[in-house]
Amino acid sequence: MALGLTGYVVFAVLLLTVGVFFMARGKARSSVGGDVRVLHSLPSYYGYNAAMFTAVPALGVMLIWMLAQPMMIENAVFKLIPDRIIEEGSSRGLVMSDVRRVAEGLDVAVAQGALTSDEAASIRSDSTDIRSLLGEVGVALGSTVDSEVLFAAQEYRNQSAGGLFWMSVIVMGLAIVGGSISISVTRAEFRARNVVERGALVLLILAASLAILTTVGIVLSMLFESINFFRLHSWTDFFFGSSWAPNFRGDSDLSILPLLWGTLYISLIALLVAVPIGLFAAIYLSEYASPKVRAAAKPLLEILAGIPTIVYGLFALLTVGPALVRIFGRGDDGLLGVEWMSGATAVLTAGLVMGIMLIPFVSSLSDDIINAVPQSLRDGSFGLGATHSETIRQVVLPAALPGIVGAVLLAASRAIGETMIVVLGAGAIAKFSLNPLEAMTTITTRIVSQLTGDTDFASPETLVAFALGLTLFVLTLGLNVLALYIVRKYREQYE
Amino acid sequence: MNDMRILERDVETNAIKIAAKGVQVFYGDTHAIKDVDVDIQDKTVTAFIGPSGCGKSTFLRCINRMNDTIDVARVQGDIRIDGEDIYDRKVDPVQLRAKVGMVFQKPNPFPKSIYDNVAYGPRIHGLARNKSELDDIVERALRNAAIWNEVKDRLNAPGTGLSGGQQQRLCIARAVATEPEVLLMDEPCSALDPIATAQVEELIDELRQNYSVVIVTHSMQQAARVSQKTAFFHLGSLVEYGETGQIFTNPEDPRTESYITGRIG
Repeated sequence: MALGLTGYVVFAVLLLTVGVFFMARGKARSSVGGDVRVLHSLPSYYGYNAAMFTAVPALGVMLIWMLAQPMMIENAVFKLIPDRIIEEGSSRGLVMSDVRRVAEGLDVAVAQGALTSDEAASIRSDSTDIRSLLGEVGVALGSTVDSEVLFAAQEYRNQSAGGLFWMSVIVMGLAIVGGSISISVTRAEFRARNVVERGALVLLILAASLAILTTVGIVLSMLFESINFFRLHSWTDFFFGSSWAPNFRGDSDLSILPLLWGTLYISLIALLVAVPIGLFAAIYLSEYASPKVRAAAKPLLEILAGIPTIVYGLFALLTVGPALVRIFGRGDDGLLGVEWMSGATAVLTAGLVMGIMLIPFVSSLSDDIINAVPQSLRDGSFGLGATHSETIRQVVLPAALPGIVGAVLLAASRAIGETMIVVLGAGAIAKFSLNPLEAMTTITTRIVSQLTGDTDFASPETLVAFALGLTLFVLTLGLNVLALYIVRKYREQYE
Repeated sequence: MNDMRILERDVETNAIKIAAKGVQVFYGDTHAIKDVDVDIQDKTVTAFIGPSGCGKSTFLRCINRMNDTIDVARVQGDIRIDGEDIYDRKVDPVQLRAKVGMVFQKPNPFPKSIYDNVAYGPRIHGLARNKSELDDIVERALRNAAIWNEVKDRLNAPGTGLSGGQQQRLCIARAVATEPEVLLMDEPCSALDPIATAQVEELIDELRQNYSVVIVTHSMQQAARVSQKTAFFHLGSLVEYGETGQIFTNPEDPRTESYITGRIG
């Protein structure tokens, strides 16, 4: 594929950057007659400095331009579309996607030679059948093209091409100006090293803020969709209602409480499995195991953490669930001869498997925390004639307790947010029940089911997924913050 | 330093409490203690001095079998407390450590209340029949460690909140509370300021009335101030052992003299 104009511009800027690097480096070297000791910085720093000033502003402007241009053009083009079409086509977004599609189709047609670029700009729908024309070049359109839409599409192409042209000019200009300024300042006393250092710092700050901004972005997108949901559905029903029964007649009960109950119940069972086993494993590994055993056992335990959760889900569905049914179900054929459990999916199934998943999480964190308890405390206890287990129970664990609580809270937030195991293992019935052998459902499972299949993003039944997601996010975020606060407080104590 | 005072210090001859014969310690391949013979007297402060890495702390840790907690450490030879071989198979090291208390270089109070810190040993060993007896034990230990007056109003405050010197005296109280016969101190003042050091030294001198105290120290002045007997270790061997006044004023071995006068160390 041939490069578009944008591709050529990027290529040119990169070429210029490389060229400027060598020029600046050469200039720095020759400015002191080859004696690099006189230079403030090593010659390559002058090169990096020049390359940085050539590439960064140019490519930065290009990136921003490419993000902003479609939005601005769409706003401009949108004004061309009369209200008549929008009413028929239900929403602005749909019409705009039609416009974009026609514009792309014209691009393809020009590229394949079915139209000249002049024809593409002047063609009218009353004289030509655009739909069949574009169909010939492989762009299928859903309906015949309105003259307004075609006109808008042509305007769209027109403005895009103009925008692209000006972008290329500005970007190349910036690259050339940046490059020549940075070459002209290249002198022996110029502190290129410090400037490059500053550049590296900016890069690092950018990476850090990108991660934070993404989080903010996620929260905001969830928040907006949730607000849409609460416009369509009463918030009292969502937070305080008692039943979850979505239907598509428009009178769904969408209350989080039964889902929250299922989530918390399964998480509780998971923690009841994971915390004792994980903690005991951590105590063995950090206090009793010989270095050899530890070196072998710790990675093995941590392999558990590397198993994809969907595999745990299969394990729940195919192994643990049927095994539990054999014990608690099947009437007289079962091991206990009772009929308490009818299907493999149950709170206990999901809870047990999730607990197994969390074991390495708890053990590895607790192990670190127990290791952080100073040896002097153990010595003090041994020196008073305490046995190893007395020392662990009465000195090491109390000292490590805040950290262990933090680890448990982190595990709890994992359990609450866990999806695949509960999708496969917990069932799909939303209800309040204390019986762990019944199927129940969780927030994450419902989010998955509300968003899979054909979805209409204007109905509360779909949008509720975002409200559920936001609630879940707030819940786990709260737990994480609390856990990190506790862990950090504990760390300070011994440093 | 007032040498005259050291010379005049009277040394009572007490019964021998700890008798070590031909003690060897290995850390893996390192021969850390080479054939040490020493007799430590009851109700006496014995100081172990010597340059860093000379084995004095290692030897101290042999006396309550703390070296057992280190995997690579091996101890050979014969150490007897009151005539009983502590490395005998019959001896439970855990019981032995209740009898031979230890105070460490850095104050290491448990993250518990002051009361619970002191009550830790008595509780483990079941020394008190009821709460009031335990209260008595704790009070006696804190009084013995000369810290009672400072903490009696805040026994439930965390032990880690005390000052460094108070923490170290709390650790001494904790060791004393199990009613040991021997008290081992591994550089107990090295993390303390001069005032706290003076308090702890005064305390060590008082403890002598009830216990056999063995103290490892880097400070020769401290050895001279608090001890009646001094042992000089060098490169894993016991070079010279005798009355403190004798060691500091008229050492027999040239290596001891070099160390005392600051030429090695």
